[in-house]
Amino acid sequence: MSTDQTSTIQISQSAHQGGQAGKPSETREHWYLEPDGALRARVSNLKFWYADGTQAIDDVSMPLVDKKVTALIGPSGCGKSTFLRCFNRMHDLYQGVKYSGSINLLPEDENLIDLDANIVRMRVGMVFQKPNPFPKSIYENVIAGLKIRGIRKREVLDEIVETSLRQAALWDEVKDRLHQPALSMSGGQQQRLCIARALAVKPEILLLDEPTSALDPIATAKVEDLINELSGNVTVLIVTHNMQQAARISNYTAYMYLGKLIEYNDTNDLFQRPKCQRTEDYITGRFG
Amino acid sequence: MNTMSTNIQSGIDYASISRKNRSWDIIFASLGIVVLFIAISTLLALFLDLAIRGAPQWTNPDFYTSFPSRKPLEAGILSAWVGTIMVMLVTAIVAVPLGVAAGLYMEEYADKNWFTDVIEINVSNLAGVPSIVYGLLALGLFVQTFGMGETVLVAGLVLALMILPIVIVSTRESIRAIPIELREAAYGLGANQWQTMAMYMLPAAKPGIITGAIVGLSRAIGETAPIITIGALSYIAFLPPSPIGGDFPFISFEWLNSGFTVMPIQMFGWVSRPQADFQITAAAAGAVLIVMTLAMNGLAIYIRYRARKS
Repeated sequence: MSTDQTSTIQISQSAHQGGQAGKPSETREHWYLEPDGALRARVSNLKFWYADGTQAIDDVSMPLVDKKVTALIGPSGCGKSTFLRCFNRMHDLYQGVKYSGSINLLPEDENLIDLDANIVRMRVGMVFQKPNPFPKSIYENVIAGLKIRGIRKREVLDEIVETSLRQAALWDEVKDRLHQPALSMSGGQQQRLCIARALAVKPEILLLDEPTSALDPIATAKVEDLINELSGNVTVLIVTHNMQQAARISNYTAYMYLGKLIEYNDTNDLFQRPKCQRTEDYITGRFG
Repeated sequence: MNTMSTNIQSGIDYASISRKNRSWDIIFASLGIVVLFIAISTLLALFLDLAIRGAPQWTNPDFYTSFPSRKPLEAGILSAWVGTIMVMLVTAIVAVPLGVAAGLYMEEYADKNWFTDVIEINVSNLAGVPSIVYGLLALGLFVQTFGMGETVLVAGLVLALMILPIVIVSTRESIRAIPIELREAAYGLGANQWQTMAMYMLPAAKPGIITGAIVGLSRAIGETAPIITIGALSYIAFLPPSPIGGDFPFISFEWLNSGFTVMPIQMFGWVSRPQADFQITAAAAGAVLIVMTLAMNGLAIYIRYRARKS
């Protein structure tokens, strides 16, 4: 599997340069775009095993474009959340997991898998599927990451609370009740609070794990607007089971299936002119 | 009516199924009420019996401010309730931090391997060791080997050892009951393990830990066997020295090394006296002891209720 990595990259480059759009080839197993913009990270031959020995990620390589939104799509159990959680080493909280390969942060060229997990999580923020504010006040939730980093100056905290909540489009709704419990808010507000909490510490990469799956359509629209705003400022990697959502909010999309990356492409191209048969089957609803 | 409750397609009579289910509910509920009534009325009868028989004593304010005496109706529980509070203080100060730390370590820090499994099984087993065995341990170790004597400190330590498994188990269970999302949220923000524990996990587990500690303490407060084993006396006509006041630095630890008695011992002493009037005094002491225990359990319930509300 890993031996044909270079060859597939070559295929993808030639395909990209040749601009072969249109009908997907029946025989093309994988297709990776080599994007033009600056990269924030490059994943190379990443494999991941859970404690019970199940391999959830099988030789995934893909770039992560700087300050753009990249969506991960695929059927349930394809490993997209597992892949996302490799980026902040969340798996390390559980015993017996194993990684191989690398997630190189660029331009500093550090393998995220070899860094201290705690430092990785300070640099890479995450928003979870279910809103998970701390059972504290709204204000305390936003500053939680800052307190962890030892920032305690009142003026600094006040300012960051306001900018983060504005960024998360929540400020106008909560500015008069910052000191009320976060759990008294609606689900959509709680999720935007979690995004504000993650943004408050200025993450280098923001991971979003199906952030709207527990929300109603109106709250979902608000979160999607927010992600669109983040594009251009923050590098975002988002897992979603909703293809329309991926099409609406992302610049690049990766389609995963059974732990493998099938296609990584510009979002418009992936949805309109998929290069692989399996991608087309999935996005047209014939499968998955 | 019958057509309304019968499924047109399958012909199943929903009304009769619903009726059958309801009759089971009624049978189970009545059984539960009977059992509950037996349990509560036994406790209530016991308490009322003690309270009525001891009424001449416990209604008298002197009962709480007098030392024990040879004359039954002049005997009081001053040294006993002061001793009980002091012993409980030692027990709480020793057992709660130790138990919480041990529970936290076992749940969050220790690797899961055969060694921690053995420790885990042992902790659960310790909860079932008869209290007299703890008393013998304290007699052999603290009183004889270390020569600490029959003091408040030794009594507090042995009761602390006895309730340690309760505190450890309740700490572990309340930490385990914290949703995984809270833990991942804290780690995901870059918190290290200690920050996650101190800032998020322990506060979330606090109501459960406090409840467990109080349940443990209310078991210790009525414990007689280990205290008798280490040689506590039932006739103590003095109070341990006060922990505060006196000379600089106004805090003294003399009381730890003082002789003492506690409520159950005092009661036991009176029950074994031949004079009939001592039975009144013993009954009054018993009623007071039950009230002390109920008050502690009430506190635990209140804390849990408040935690659930917030």
